[in-house]
Amino acid sequence: MRYIDETAVMKRMTKRITFNKVWKALFFLATIFALITLAILLFRIVTQGIGYLNIDFLTNFASRFADKAGIKAALVGSLWLMGVVAPVSIILGVGTALYLEEYAKKNRINDFIRMNISNLAGVPSIVFGLLGLTIFVRMMELGKSILAAGFTMSLLILPVIIVAAQEAIRAVPSEQREASYGMGATKWQTILRVVLPAAIPGILTGSILALSRAIGETAPLVVLGIPVILQFLPDGLLSQFTALPMQIYDWAKRPQEAFQYVASAGILVLMTVLLLMNSIAIFIRNKFQKRY
Amino acid sequence: MVLKIQEEKTFVKKIQTGAKPVTEVAGNIVYDTRNLNLWYGDHHGLKDVNLGIYENEVTAIIGPSGCGKSTYLKTLNRMVELVPIVRTSGEILYRERNILDKDYTVEELRTRVGMVFQKPNPFPKSIYDNIAYGPRIHGIKNKKILDEIVEKSLRGAAIWDEVKDRLNQNAYGLSGGQQQRICIARCLAVEPDVILMDEPTSALDPISTLKVEELVQELKKDYSIVIVTHNMQQAARISDRTAFFLSGEVIEYDKTDVIFQTPADQRTEDYISGRFG
Repeated sequence: MRYIDETAVMKRMTKRITFNKVWKALFFLATIFALITLAILLFRIVTQGIGYLNIDFLTNFASRFADKAGIKAALVGSLWLMGVVAPVSIILGVGTALYLEEYAKKNRINDFIRMNISNLAGVPSIVFGLLGLTIFVRMMELGKSILAAGFTMSLLILPVIIVAAQEAIRAVPSEQREASYGMGATKWQTILRVVLPAAIPGILTGSILALSRAIGETAPLVVLGIPVILQFLPDGLLSQFTALPMQIYDWAKRPQEAFQYVASAGILVLMTVLLLMNSIAIFIRNKFQKRY
Repeated sequence: MVLKIQEEKTFVKKIQTGAKPVTEVAGNIVYDTRNLNLWYGDHHGLKDVNLGIYENEVTAIIGPSGCGKSTYLKTLNRMVELVPIVRTSGEILYRERNILDKDYTVEELRTRVGMVFQKPNPFPKSIYDNIAYGPRIHGIKNKKILDEIVEKSLRGAAIWDEVKDRLNQNAYGLSGGQQQRICIARCLAVEPDVILMDEPTSALDPISTLKVEELVQELKKDYSIVIVTHNMQQAARISDRTAFFLSGEVIEYDKTDVIFQTPADQRTEDYISGRFG
């Protein structure tokens, strides 16, 4: 007595294979939908913005007239901002990740901390903006400075960097650590010579992706009250500044149609910066990733 | 069945012919384990282990999977502490000092007691940097001294001739057997007193296994070696003493030829004749 009836199996075969094809087509459409939407958006922005995108646009300050408007203050401001965010968030993030993964004991308090760091990554950016406004702008009296905005942005992306760094650290095989401990190395020597060299590609990739989120983030800057129209470049960390997304936001909400095109040109600049950062991340990942 | 056991025993005898006779006089004791108990959470992993390990001998630890043989080995350099839920009682005297004492620093212990792991685990660095790792963490920076240590260790692990022209290449480019000998060399570079080996040949092909076994024979002139193996023939071939572990207990511990030819305990006999495990 056989349990599987061959004729019944053959009868169902065509149906099963058709079903397989239907699902494949559905998933393909899902992929295409996102890609096409993105392509249309990009096409619109490029066709609108490319006319305004030239050297003058990069070297001019903001202006009342669309054809004189430039992005210099915002571009430089965003770079200054990154100059604060990158070191602050990476140092704090990697330090936290190392503590949690290598030093912290596995107990309830630490599990609670670990879990809530992931939750923190889901907190809306405007909330971080309010936090920054209260602590850095008002309590620490940093004003609407690069430093205040940089600290706020660092807090915003810190959870993302911590989680990325934790994953990179966890991906280092435990045999590697054991080999090091087995020769009498201390924990710190093991971290410095075995764990970090193996984890750095992953940490950097995660950090750069997090930084590219920070450079495009607008809501916290709006809450902090970062100005839009500035006719000077920042001269220090406590100086006022403006940033790319703020500038784009300002242009996009103006009534004159010409400024819509200027905004598109601004978006092109921002996207170029983003693509550049992401390419660096991919390059680092491919070039330095170690395989065991 | 009886006949089968007889055959097995003659086989064991056969493979032992040609091996050096075990020195009758026991040397200095290196490790003296007294009433060691160990728990993984609620699981009683080692039960009242009493075991002496002697200088310049190869001590083999055999037993079925989960019998606690690797756990015991990892207790000897306190590597077992990497699992946070482990508790121990009793004492392990290493050169007459109890290593389970709170004030015995693990770094000091592990500098004197090297370890070779089951899976070859070189660092993703050059061969040179792999070997120099140990000396460097102990503060040796002088390039000339490092060069000498690297050569001496690689020679000691019988791999110098194979790698001397490519010391700057990544150790991952080597074969599994070569990687394992690199790991042994890396362990020698710290100039240990004891070498613990946790199934060092289980991931290797027969030829590489043979090379490692020959190396172990060579190394015991200068080091005391404790080797965990699931391969009984290997234990018979290379060890001077053998301990048989079962469910966390030492069932029998004696000279290897005694264990393999005239075991005192029925369970030992059953195990070495392949009736379980």
